[in-house]
Amino acid sequence: MDTESLIRGLAGDAKQAGPRLSAVLAGALAVAVAVAGLAFFAMLGPRPDIALAAETPRFLFKFVVTLALALTAAGAFSALARPGAPVAWRLLAAAPLLVLAAVAVELLLVPQDQWEARWIGANAAQCLTFIPLIALGPLAILLWAMRRGAPTRPRAAGALAGLLAGGIAATFYAAHCADDSPLFVATWYTLAIVLLTAVGATAGARLLRW
Amino acid sequence: MTEAEETELARLLRAALGGDEKAYAAFLSRVAALVRGFARRRIEHGVEPEDIVQETLLAIHTKRHTWRSDAPVRPWIFAIARYKVIDAFRRRGRHIEVDIENFADTLAEPERESASPREVERALERLPSGQRQVVSSISVEGRSIAETARALGMSETAVRVALHRGLAAIARGSN
Repeated sequence: MDTESLIRGLAGDAKQAGPRLSAVLAGALAVAVAVAGLAFFAMLGPRPDIALAAETPRFLFKFVVTLALALTAAGAFSALARPGAPVAWRLLAAAPLLVLAAVAVELLLVPQDQWEARWIGANAAQCLTFIPLIALGPLAILLWAMRRGAPTRPRAAGALAGLLAGGIAATFYAAHCADDSPLFVATWYTLAIVLLTAVGATAGARLLRW
Repeated sequence: MTEAEETELARLLRAALGGDEKAYAAFLSRVAALVRGFARRRIEHGVEPEDIVQETLLAIHTKRHTWRSDAPVRPWIFAIARYKVIDAFRRRGRHIEVDIENFADTLAEPERESASPREVERALERLPSGQRQVVSSISVEGRSIAETARALGMSETAVRVALHRGLAAIARGSN
């Protein structure tokens, strides 16, 4: 078939079918949050003293970080679905910078002999287990939605899906976890989310080609 | 590579997404000429430049919903074409770095097609016969949707559906 013929065929199929990409991405994000919420309440639920905890800055700061991560990741994720669209990579530094600043403040406020106890916490293994578990459903949904897009960097798009799923899962998990120190968050939350990002990147390189 | 061209491409694609088949044909012809210029100059061994042109057109077609109608259209076209060049080499077991800056420059000069067998043609041959008849009636024989419907004794809607499915399958098959 020569190119003129191909163009004639494609032109006959001009009218756009199916939902808009922005609707697909927004819908997938909403479903991903809902699925993460269901998994969270089914497996863990909020900690019993959440009303008290909600009055402490360390507990609240966990949500500042995880929400900053989820929001910036959602922006970059959506941009990666469209060829040639500018990606706000720099905004992704917001959550890590917030954590680093909080770690610095924590090290100033807390006596050195308590550093290790706060860093290791009581829930490291739980954190490394449940953040990925809560994130698995959202990751699958986000990868599926990305297939409707046209990621010219499939591995990066997959990584961002993992990062975003990790941010959503960490936001829920933070409501359960009794370890609120930035030293704990900077280590164990980060490890779990990096793991998800790596899984997303590997999946993206395989599943997101078009 | 002027602002006027950007404006014209965006206008054509916007009209095309609303269902204007003439505007879509004009848009795709311009894109084909632009991508051909790039493919001829950049690609020497093992990959037929016209295959890149056709794979890019199919990719633009199946992914046309990823263009935001308020975004510039040329960066969108370049990004898809560049992805398809890299993809073509990847599938043939090679790796290539494509510099998007060079791409934007070389895209300036449209070129004409040369004839030879295409991957798209092979993908067409693998279609179920109903879809193949519809696609080749419209593409190769140049009939309209209405003429094809009469010739094959189908409704126009059925022709559109078969064309859409056939093109989607070709886009997947030539990958």
